[in-house]
Amino acid sequence: MSTVEKFLAEIRAHAKKLAPAPARLMEICGTHTVSVARGGIRDILPENVSLLSGPGCPVCVTPDSVIDAAISLAENPSVVIATFGDMMKVPGTEKSLEKARAEGADVRMVYSAPDALDIARRNPERKIVFIAVGFETTQPGNALTIERARAEGLKNFFVIPAGKLIPPAMKALLEDKESRLDGFLCPGHVSVIIGANAYRPLARAYGKPCVVAGFEPEEIIEGIAMLLKMLAEKKPGVAIQYRKVVDDEGNAKARRILDRVYRAGDSEWRGLGVIPESGYLLRNEYADFDAFAHFGIEPRASRPRKGCRCGEVLQGKIAPFACPLFGKGCTPEHPIGPCMVSSEGTCGAYYRYNRKQV
Amino acid sequence: MCLAVPAKVIEISGNRGVVSIRGNDIKADFTMLDDVKLGDFVLIHAGFAIKKYDPEEAREILKIWDEVREKT
Repeated sequence: MSTVEKFLAEIRAHAKKLAPAPARLMEICGTHTVSVARGGIRDILPENVSLLSGPGCPVCVTPDSVIDAAISLAENPSVVIATFGDMMKVPGTEKSLEKARAEGADVRMVYSAPDALDIARRNPERKIVFIAVGFETTQPGNALTIERARAEGLKNFFVIPAGKLIPPAMKALLEDKESRLDGFLCPGHVSVIIGANAYRPLARAYGKPCVVAGFEPEEIIEGIAMLLKMLAEKKPGVAIQYRKVVDDEGNAKARRILDRVYRAGDSEWRGLGVIPESGYLLRNEYADFDAFAHFGIEPRASRPRKGCRCGEVLQGKIAPFACPLFGKGCTPEHPIGPCMVSSEGTCGAYYRYNRKQV
Repeated sequence: MCLAVPAKVIEISGNRGVVSIRGNDIKADFTMLDDVKLGDFVLIHAGFAIKKYDPEEAREILKIWDEVREKT
């Protein structure tokens, strides 16, 4: 029996023990979303086990209010917007950054925060605004870049503080009665920074198991087997499948960098609304890097998008197929919601790999 | 977006240097790690090394890289 077959047999045995009760598991990582869809993992799970894709794509959870604010900044001729590529196509209330660029705005794609800082160094007469989206994996690098801008005395580098923390979103999902989640497949590289211990308070308080898994299909399958075992034995805890790079403690040095630059504050997530302590906001010492404060912009509250059910998809309440726009009007070529835009979005992943189920 | 890949450290200068990802050399920042040495394997995310692999894992990565090289 191959290793994968062994884990699948375990999954079936644990699921049988749990049946007829359902086991609703959720992953919260865009890379998991893609790997699960591409690997056809949902198709091989027992009937009472479902694997949902949660709010694990930083681009998808960025609310319209932030996108609209970035677009209004882009229209300022002194501003260069620097952003990760996936953000370009996300439609705001009226347009996307890509459309703003076509209309003459200076919007540039970067691969990392230091790339954005380089643009600032080379263009002292322009104001560079980096859209600092990203979870715990990405934010230490963003924070270090802000510290470097300060150390170099650069006065033309700003950020839109749009970073988010995963555990508060998990808590919000557990509090939501409609989501009815039984366990989490935790994000692998977020956990490199925060460590598996970060999930222990959640597992304890809500009695829900958490397993940090890697990204290969067999690693995900093993992670699901570990979650179901804890559910079947009624011993919810925290475990690590992805031992290659994840331990209990995480990267304390990276977290100290985060603490120097950011404080946790309330933050709006698409579909989930405002979640307490879930956003990386700049500390007062770094307030002068805040693009909203510098340009005097107050992001307006996001309005619901007509017809698009991205918010419910992000909470695992519906599968993408249940959205009336999915594949009809909303496709990767002509996306209406961010879950279809991003290469890691749930709708995009379902569209590319799982469409036969429609 | 949290994609991260293993890479071998081939140049160090202060907190920064160069890593090789299966033969592709890219600039990397080691500020988040302690005691990075030449030949170490690290996990790279958006230009920053966020984790050092232990030697056993590093050997495993090299083996996979060699297998890929043989197949391509």
